Amino acid sequence: MYVAVKGGEAAIANAHRLLAEKRRGDKNVPSLTVTQILEQLSLAVDRVMSEGSLYDRRLAALAIKQARGDLVEAIFLVRAYRTTLPRFGTSRPIETGGMLVERRISATFKDLPGGQLLGPTFDYTHRLLDPALEEDDAVEEAARAEDPGSEAMPRVTDLLGQAGLIEPDPEGEDEPSDLTREPLSFPADRDLRLQALARGDEGFLLALGYSTQRGFARSHPFAAEIRMGEVDVEIDVPGLDFPVPLGRIKVTECQMVNQFKGSAEAPPQFTRGYGLIFGHAERKAMAMALCDRALRARELGEDQTAAAQDEEFVLSHADNVQATGFVEHLKLPHYVDFQAELELLRRLRAEFEAGRGPAKDGQEDREAAE
Amino acid sequence: MAEIAGATRDRDAAASADADPAREKHKRRRDVLSVLVRARAEELDGALRALDLAPEFEVLRAPEFGLAMTRGRIGGGGAPFNLGEVTVTRTVVRLASGEVGYGHILGRDRKRAHLVALFDALWQSEATRAVVEDRLLASVAARTAEEDRHVRVKTAATRVNFFTMVRGED
Repeated sequence: MYVAVKGGEAAIANAHRLLAEKRRGDKNVPSLTVTQILEQLSLAVDRVMSEGSLYDRRLAALAIKQARGDLVEAIFLVRAYRTTLPRFGTSRPIETGGMLVERRISATFKDLPGGQLLGPTFDYTHRLLDPALEEDDAVEEAARAEDPGSEAMPRVTDLLGQAGLIEPDPEGEDEPSDLTREPLSFPADRDLRLQALARGDEGFLLALGYSTQRGFARSHPFAAEIRMGEVDVEIDVPGLDFPVPLGRIKVTECQMVNQFKGSAEAPPQFTRGYGLIFGHAERKAMAMALCDRALRARELGEDQTAAAQDEEFVLSHADNVQATGFVEHLKLPHYVDFQAELELLRRLRAEFEAGRGPAKDGQEDREAAE
Repeated sequence: MAEIAGATRDRDAAASADADPAREKHKRRRDVLSVLVRARAEELDGALRALDLAPEFEVLRAPEFGLAMTRGRIGGGGAPFNLGEVTVTRTVVRLASGEVGYGHILGRDRKRAHLVALFDALWQSEATRAVVEDRLLASVAARTAEEDRHVRVKTAATRVNFFTMVRGED
């Protein structure tokens, strides 16, 4: 238990001044601008937006600057800011099939309509550090090819779905659950699970996704499609009889297909896991899709044997702001609490040294202290 | 779902050409707003000056920041789920001639939201519609189309054809 303390105001104020000075670093080095972070550390910005669960590139970049590059701290700042704003409404579901595609690959079909578009990827790089980046050399302009036109690219799962080989998207237009309005409760439906995963910690989801590949809740995944690019966002506004376009956001989508499931009524077909993330966040979108599929164990009648299939375990621990809050609160003063433990321990030792060993009522004392 | 970009939107236009007039009007205004929300503040401000438009208006809702919860669909096309929030700036103005303009944009920018609302109203007014279309919407639409084209041609240059190597053959 935590008991409040007071005092230390001057020390705290000075610690924050020292922090500000450390954040700035050597004053002979030019200060980073928010725009530079926005433009040149854009994947860090994307991560803060996705796990902060707030799409605003400039705010995320500001948070990264303020947090000295500590992304979990930056995510915390964004979450805190979010609580100061009213909610105007909810968007129409975004249409990833209408995306202005910047990257689109499939590990399952080499000749898919619309083609395999590598886009700006680290894939196939040699992971050799580039000393040239120490200098501010001009960057070669990207190559261009003939304009393929603005025809929308079908999602791979829709192509496969047409042949009935893959399970269809779950239908329904029910109002989805919202964990920002009501605390998580279990069992959690897939809509709520996807919301929690979309804002979950990338490292946590990556480790869980990896565990499913290594044999814990093995589900034989293939990356049917990964796509990244901008989509339109529209909301309903009171007083207007049509959805109002707000602008575009960048998202990454991952469609995993996994081994078959059939039943007495339905022939065997591929099952699916889905990932959708703010910004360019491919690793997380893939991890999310693996976790989504693993968490469908109950629905698909699979044995629940692994951590990745346990929705209470996964969803309760995926949020890094909650996790860091509880772990890091341990460094706040717990003097009163600890004093009680000390006294209990001293009494137990006194009893021990008196040659009686732990008294029968030792258990009750410990419970009282806790 | 009609609200998707580019080619699909054109197809919808063709399909709904003889639909009822109210829907057609909504669709046109939505298309105008989708151009206006992508306009830069300096494009909007510049057009207002260049057109010498100094419309009289009152502010019905002062510009304010807030959030919209964005939704995705399970599997891309299934039931909706909450993806995460976006910041939004919104404002509403009314011209002296009565047209009500809405400025709802992504991000936090009161000035740009105000200008979007003003141009939404000016476009609705018969007196200024043509000038708004010719002097602002056309150039913004051309710029954004060119930006989209740049994305497509650079992406197209990374198109790859993988060949499958067959094992155990000469």
